[in-house]
Amino acid sequence: MGLEIVDDIREDYVYDLVKSGKREDGRGFREYRQISVERDLIKRAEGSARVKVGDTDVLVGVKLELGEPFPDTPDKGVLITNAELVPLASPGFESGPPNENSIQLARVVDRGIRGSETTDLEKLCIEEGEKVWIVFIDIHILDDNGNLMDAAALGAIASLLNIRIPNEKYGVTGENTLPIRDTPVAVTMVKIEGNILVDPNFDEENAATSKLTVISNADGTLSGMQKSGSGGLKEEEIAEMVEIGIEKAGEIRESYL
Amino acid sequence: MKGEETEVELIKEGKRLDGRGFEELRHIKIDVGVLKRADGSCYFELGDNKVIAAVYGPREMHPRHAQDAKMAVVKFRYNMAPFSTDDRKRPGPDRRSIEISKVSREALDPVIMREYYPKMAIEVYAELLQSDAGTRTAGINAASVALADAGIPMRDLVSSVAVGKIDGEMVLDLNAMEDNHGEADMPVAMIARTNTITALQMDGRLTKEEFERGLKLAMGACHQIYELQRTALIERYSKSENKKEEE
Repeated sequence: MGLEIVDDIREDYVYDLVKSGKREDGRGFREYRQISVERDLIKRAEGSARVKVGDTDVLVGVKLELGEPFPDTPDKGVLITNAELVPLASPGFESGPPNENSIQLARVVDRGIRGSETTDLEKLCIEEGEKVWIVFIDIHILDDNGNLMDAAALGAIASLLNIRIPNEKYGVTGENTLPIRDTPVAVTMVKIEGNILVDPNFDEENAATSKLTVISNADGTLSGMQKSGSGGLKEEEIAEMVEIGIEKAGEIRESYL
Repeated sequence: MKGEETEVELIKEGKRLDGRGFEELRHIKIDVGVLKRADGSCYFELGDNKVIAAVYGPREMHPRHAQDAKMAVVKFRYNMAPFSTDDRKRPGPDRRSIEISKVSREALDPVIMREYYPKMAIEVYAELLQSDAGTRTAGINAASVALADAGIPMRDLVSSVAVGKIDGEMVLDLNAMEDNHGEADMPVAMIARTNTITALQMDGRLTKEEFERGLKLAMGACHQIYELQRTALIERYSKSENKKEEE
């Protein structure tokens, strides 16, 4: 309970800063935090990436298993995205079944990858109707310092780019790498006091009433979008956020993918 | 699902398969106050979608640790009846309905004067009885009217509709066939009086221009839906006054 008061004070602090054109960590409103992407650090996973965005730390692991396709798509592999907000990552996370935040996180990352047709799911089919690759993208949050969405999405695509398909392990023949057709990148922004802030840190994310994630592809098309938070956005603000989102995604793609 | 090559021709001679134009809504029917026990309720039809929303509260928030000392907490439960879909839907919340519940709640939060009822809960239940794509928008429309029917202080109603891309065209209010074979789907919710967007999701693939055009199209349709919601509420309450006079 005591923490709520602290939250209120921090919220006021963030608002006051933004009003005077500043951010808690000294960044400009359009400035992203330092990003780092470390690949293939989990030996047992077919692909993995640890993404740090400032102090936010997310580990994504991809596992491939053979399984049955869905009956309505017998010639396609299956993509399953899951996110766990493990209690180690934040005093606010509790163990237990996924809550709406972890479900939203996983589903938005999943939608970005699906919308851009990142992977050619037909290439993951081994025997129509019988045997396909099931790709599990598991997002493991290690340290939540705001903007999990972008870090998770970047971790997911960075992992997918370096997949080794475990053909030998399952005694099948085929390509060893996953054909990747596009690289969707998520950019999240919040609105505080009428200002658009890119890549919100933890306090900014809490203080803001509306947040928009824009996922865009290499050619500048959009492959996913999600507004969250209990506030509203104007058409012009959304247009501006889309513009910024595409631009920032381009920069991130160029440097880290 | 989405984003795949369209095997089905969805537009023929400039018309959609159900005969609609690109910017045409499906038929809408709104009944206010259809449930007796609920504090507020609304039945909403959008094409073949049938949804009923009920509002309970403001009442005590349980569990207590989830109370907010400064304002009421809105609880929203989007639930599909097992018989509402082609293949029976397993009862109970799944990942999709949990996400939709969150998005719908956040679509309504901005208009509800939650600060009037600290520590309380305002509970909104949207039950999908029959589905044909656009269920979340129908749910939000129904819930918004049900909240007003419950007498919850609100800044305005929220109106919601989806737009999408089929056969390369941006069209309004996709039906299930169009949603299944279309290239993109984008549900939007808006406060009509101030043109404030309170829910926005997109999946599939759109160019920036298509997105902007789609958003405009959705906003225009939200104004139409808003008028229907208002009319339904006014009708309901002018009727009950007449009844009292008769008694």
